[in-house]
Amino acid sequence: MSTAANTGTMNTTVHAYKTGWKRGLIETRISLTTIGDLMGFIMPTAIAIVVLFFMRGADFEGSPVSLGAMNMPSLIGMNVVFGGIMGIMGTLSMDRTNGTLLRAKSMPGGMTGYLVGHMVSTALFVLATVAVMLAAGLVLFDGLEFDSPDRWLLFVAVVLMGIVTTLPLGAVLGAAINNPKNMGLVMFPIMGSVAISGIFYPLTALPGWLQGIGQVFPIYWMGLGMRHSLLPDSAVAVEVDGSWRTLLMFAVLAAWAVLALALAPKLLRRMARRESGSAVAARRAEMQQQWG
Amino acid sequence: MGHPPASDGPVIAVSDLRMRYGDKDVLTGLDLRIEPGGVTALLGPNGAGKTTTIEILEGFRARSGGTVEVLGTDPEHGDERWRAGLGVVLQEWRDNGKWRVRELLDHFGEYYKPYAEPWDADALLGLVGLEAQAAQRVQTLSGGQRRRLDVALGIIGRPALLFLDEPTTGFDPHARREFHELIHRLTDLDGTTILLTTHDLDEAEKLAERIVILAGGRIIADGSPDALARAAATTAEVKWIQDGTLQIHATEDATDFVRKLLATDDGAVTDLEVHRASLEDAYLSLVADFEAGQAESAVDTFKEATA
Repeated sequence: MSTAANTGTMNTTVHAYKTGWKRGLIETRISLTTIGDLMGFIMPTAIAIVVLFFMRGADFEGSPVSLGAMNMPSLIGMNVVFGGIMGIMGTLSMDRTNGTLLRAKSMPGGMTGYLVGHMVSTALFVLATVAVMLAAGLVLFDGLEFDSPDRWLLFVAVVLMGIVTTLPLGAVLGAAINNPKNMGLVMFPIMGSVAISGIFYPLTALPGWLQGIGQVFPIYWMGLGMRHSLLPDSAVAVEVDGSWRTLLMFAVLAAWAVLALALAPKLLRRMARRESGSAVAARRAEMQQQWG
Repeated sequence: MGHPPASDGPVIAVSDLRMRYGDKDVLTGLDLRIEPGGVTALLGPNGAGKTTTIEILEGFRARSGGTVEVLGTDPEHGDERWRAGLGVVLQEWRDNGKWRVRELLDHFGEYYKPYAEPWDADALLGLVGLEAQAAQRVQTLSGGQRRRLDVALGIIGRPALLFLDEPTTGFDPHARREFHELIHRLTDLDGTTILLTTHDLDEAEKLAERIVILAGGRIIADGSPDALARAAATTAEVKWIQDGTLQIHATEDATDFVRKLLATDDGAVTDLEVHRASLEDAYLSLVADFEAGQAESAVDTFKEATA
């Protein structure tokens, strides 16, 4: 291959990424101005915050803040994981039924643009929701501390790490599920992992073996990182080992990110290869049969 | 206007194309060659393998055997530049429903910029007649408007080859007519060859300069609508009543047959009718036999009629 041809390939690849970035901005604007998309975030989050608000009176032994205030940072961590994983997974799954993915495949650089676009728009949407939840948390709950650059830096670092981890995880899961009806197979374990991830109750209150399982998944570590950045230092007393385990927290999230990034390209290529008009039509026919 | 085909050769060159799903043979040795320019219709009953063929040509499906070249390249190894030379309009697309019409055209045109000068969104809206819907969300378009948007997206990168897969399925007569007019406008664009699939002979005759009939996994007739019609019309059916019973005779030379019949009947023949088979008759009987599961005999009969 000649140098000129290489340069050409480079330019077209760069162009596809740039177009993807633009797509991401447009998709973000659409999400933030589409009631249906917003409600998918607002409803569950609002319910959770209201529940936490009524838990302001409940204390957990050894913690300097109420159970409500303690859970608010955890909820933000969970939102990052859910938003990242479900955002990409749900989009990939839906876009295979309505033909959006096939459309991307039919255009030069379209698949790259599509994936980059959805990574960007999901990340921006998650960041927007995190900002809203942080503001709500600081207004509604006594005892949250967010007044030093240390805490801002840690908060931003953990959120970004969470996004970097969960977007490829969502892509892996979304690419692996070739039929929307199998979404439940992935959703239920993720929901289950919330129960043992110390989001709504400190992990130390669980039996030892459940604590072990809970600490395998990224949700626990996202919650931990958020609590570290938003709770008074003395709140560390109720955490496992009485420590924020900062390095381990980043290490576990990074390990998940590496695993997902290693698997994602191959699975995404397989997904793209299998996409065709008749595949889309077959999926749609099956959906229609199921939903009437 | 459109960029020239990647090579001077044919736009599509297919030989001995085979496709097998499990133990079912869908394509059994298809040969097809399409030179640049014009509209070719791939006509065939449902289940004849039209969509499979077009998906293989589009590079969306791997074939079981045979050689295929589209714009000079094997679709299985087509790169992004090759992809930029194709336009694809599928049967039913509901993608990107939340986008607004002009926004979608503007953005999707960008993908083609390294390869060709894409259509300006407003000019394209004018061409497909969607100016009034420019600011509407895509999911609020009617079926016919949506398909015209699909055509706009198909030609936005000025492709050398445009695929239209059953473009008017589910249309009411009005939407259908409007769509046909749009296809006629597209044929005036330089440099774009159109291959469309349809199961509707009438549509193929209206839109295409060349009709290729696909049945039983291969091509059984190929020619201009006129040539096919003339070929089909060589067989005529002669009906008459003699001694109170209806007589029917199929013949290739109706004039000669009738002359002899009347010369020897001593005035007993009444109610004489000569019915020349039309292409439509030949095609409809092919479809009917095909649907009754007699694919092989249907193909043979049709071949006899149009050979």
